[in-house]
Amino acid sequence: MVFEGLSSKLQDTFKKLRGKGKLSEKDIKEASREIKIALLEADVNFKVVKDFVKKINDRSMGAEVLESLTPGQQVIKIVNEELTALMGNTPKKLTYSPGGLTSIMLVGLQGAGKTTTAGKLANQIKTDNKKTLLVACDVYRPAAIKQLQVIGEQLKTDVFADLEEKSPVKIAEKAMKFARERFFDVVIFDTAGRLHIDETLMDELLQIKKIVSPKEIILNIDAMTGQEAVNVAEAFNEKIELTGVILTKLDGDTRGGAALSVTSVTGKPILFIGTGEKLTDLEVFYPDRMASRILGMGDVLSLIEKAQANFDEKKAYELQEKIKKQTFTLDDFKDQLKQMRSMGSMKDLMEMIPGAGKKALKGIDIDEKEFDRQEAIINSMTKDERVHPQIINASRRKRIAAGSGTRVQDVNKLLNGFEQSRKMMKQLSGLNNKKHGKFKFPFM
Amino acid sequence: MASFFEKLKSSLVKTKNNFSGKIDQLINYSGIYNDDFFDELEEILILADIGYESSSEIISKTRAIIARDNITDKKEVKNTIKEIIKEILKRGEDFKDIETPAVILVVGVNGVGKTTTIAKLANMYKKEGKNVILAAGDTFRAAAVEQLEIWAQRVGVEIIKNDRGADPSSVIYDALQAAKSRKADILICDTAGRLHNKDNLMNELSKMNKIINNESVHFSVYNYLVLDATSGTNAISQANVFNEVTRLDGIILTKLDGSAKGGIIIPIKALYDIPVKYVGVGEGMDDIQIFDPDDFAEILFE
Repeated sequence: MVFEGLSSKLQDTFKKLRGKGKLSEKDIKEASREIKIALLEADVNFKVVKDFVKKINDRSMGAEVLESLTPGQQVIKIVNEELTALMGNTPKKLTYSPGGLTSIMLVGLQGAGKTTTAGKLANQIKTDNKKTLLVACDVYRPAAIKQLQVIGEQLKTDVFADLEEKSPVKIAEKAMKFARERFFDVVIFDTAGRLHIDETLMDELLQIKKIVSPKEIILNIDAMTGQEAVNVAEAFNEKIELTGVILTKLDGDTRGGAALSVTSVTGKPILFIGTGEKLTDLEVFYPDRMASRILGMGDVLSLIEKAQANFDEKKAYELQEKIKKQTFTLDDFKDQLKQMRSMGSMKDLMEMIPGAGKKALKGIDIDEKEFDRQEAIINSMTKDERVHPQIINASRRKRIAAGSGTRVQDVNKLLNGFEQSRKMMKQLSGLNNKKHGKFKFPFM
Repeated sequence: MASFFEKLKSSLVKTKNNFSGKIDQLINYSGIYNDDFFDELEEILILADIGYESSSEIISKTRAIIARDNITDKKEVKNTIKEIIKEILKRGEDFKDIETPAVILVVGVNGVGKTTTIAKLANMYKKEGKNVILAAGDTFRAAAVEQLEIWAQRVGVEIIKNDRGADPSSVIYDALQAAKSRKADILICDTAGRLHNKDNLMNELSKMNKIINNESVHFSVYNYLVLDATSGTNAISQANVFNEVTRLDGIILTKLDGSAKGGIIIPIKALYDIPVKYVGVGEGMDDIQIFDPDDFAEILFE
């Protein structure tokens, strides 16, 4: 979960502020101090924290807050704005060379996740209808080339590798020729991990840069990196001039300080965030949405987008009709479960709901396996049973439980739940017809 | 093996310029030890990833000692801070080598350098004349098995593997049987990188751990967590959760040849008392050293 610790700490601070009708200078000083500690504990760079807290302090002491009827809210608003600004305000998209070949270099320390990200990026670029070539330039780490080849196979994306060639610069040169001759649109160079203080290897990057004249040079940074993150980013930026950053491993419980520091120090935007081990787990980075998420204000936009990306329009329409006609069966119920699951883990989704802060969700342990169990139960029913659940008597229940490896209680629970939602739908669809207009089903 | 001190000294030069350089500057330019002094000291400690909590602990102790002993000498102030850090790092018992026959399970989050570290350990033990077997327990990441295989060839040790996607526990089981029948001294098990907040992956690890513990009549069992010296406070949470799932016998701190100080081991030591066993100082097979808290603190301040 992203920014877990940071979020809950800031939310605590704000809770104290909210309760106050008037804020004194002392209140603001105290809040500033708490914000400072929360940020430091989240690995936000020390210098960035200093500037940030000073800005919050200065703005909060201004008239807009002290004279406001809801001073606490005003402070939160300021923190939200400053956080968004810290992360770069507006999202930035990948840029392609107008006509011709776009080359992208991925660089970073060892273990930042470059090779995996190269695959994720290729997968992302596919959606822009570009013919993409992955180039294996890591000749140092054992089996790094093989790793990229395996990823390429999974994605059905071409991989350029030259196992005989020991110079990454030469490989890059050959790959460019190869790509031009075969009319590729995008070439992604997966370079070896290197320390930013390693002169020789940093020079090698510069040479590759000269040969491939990249449109994007993207630094991969592990979101769990500590204070050193900004030094790394600065060093890479000075040497080869970055165009952007991809933050990896944000699905950990990191407090993500690197995310908050890197852009502000280098001025380079975060383009994407890596949120899992699957090749589809790469998301566009939105500074404003991330700020609201950190402050526990929810992220409805991302939630809606997730829903839209995963819901099949036609299916949703069919379902809507079924609800109207009240022919909703257990099979449809199963489809619903499947679609919900394809959006990601329940806990992640719930976090995007405003008001469902970390505190509210604490202790709610959602058992993701519950969905599997429910699916198994429905799978163990006959077609007839799925359409007419009322025929499921005690002996059928026993059979279903045995078939799905669950207990009769679980089967009962599912059937009761289903019956209830059927009733609810009946009421809702009644409501719908009267005045509420079109009822969008996915958000039941 | 070159001494920890010598080898690490050369690799920590850049580090020194950051941490000890700043401390020197602070101490040399301020004669009075007031709030401003300690605020700046706090900043330096936090910049070294020591974390807010441990930094506060170090500062309040320094404050108390300076007041109690009425310390004014600059050298002594520096020494005081150094000794406090040493004291934290030296808590618990001294370094002890493993007892053979042994099984070492190597765990950690993604990209910390588990596979490279295993190669270094294997090389070290082989040079000591031990019979080493590796288990390719990372069946998830693309080409992870191949990576370990190449290392096994270079070091000249045997490897037990299965196909990608196989149950890692079955690989570990096979490796245990092989280690028994071939009378190996040390079996080192690689595992896939896993983020400690992913319950399913941690359960998988717990299963591997159980399989190894079932054989504990035949082997001494050691669980090592690999930590990246560049990581921030998240490493604390890594140490905590991995320790809960597989009782940790030690930490291996990698990538200390970078510019990061690995300051994060200080709060980890203070909170969980897990000893740091080895440090990784490069990409070569020989770039591993036994961790010595005295030397570590000395180099930090030199």
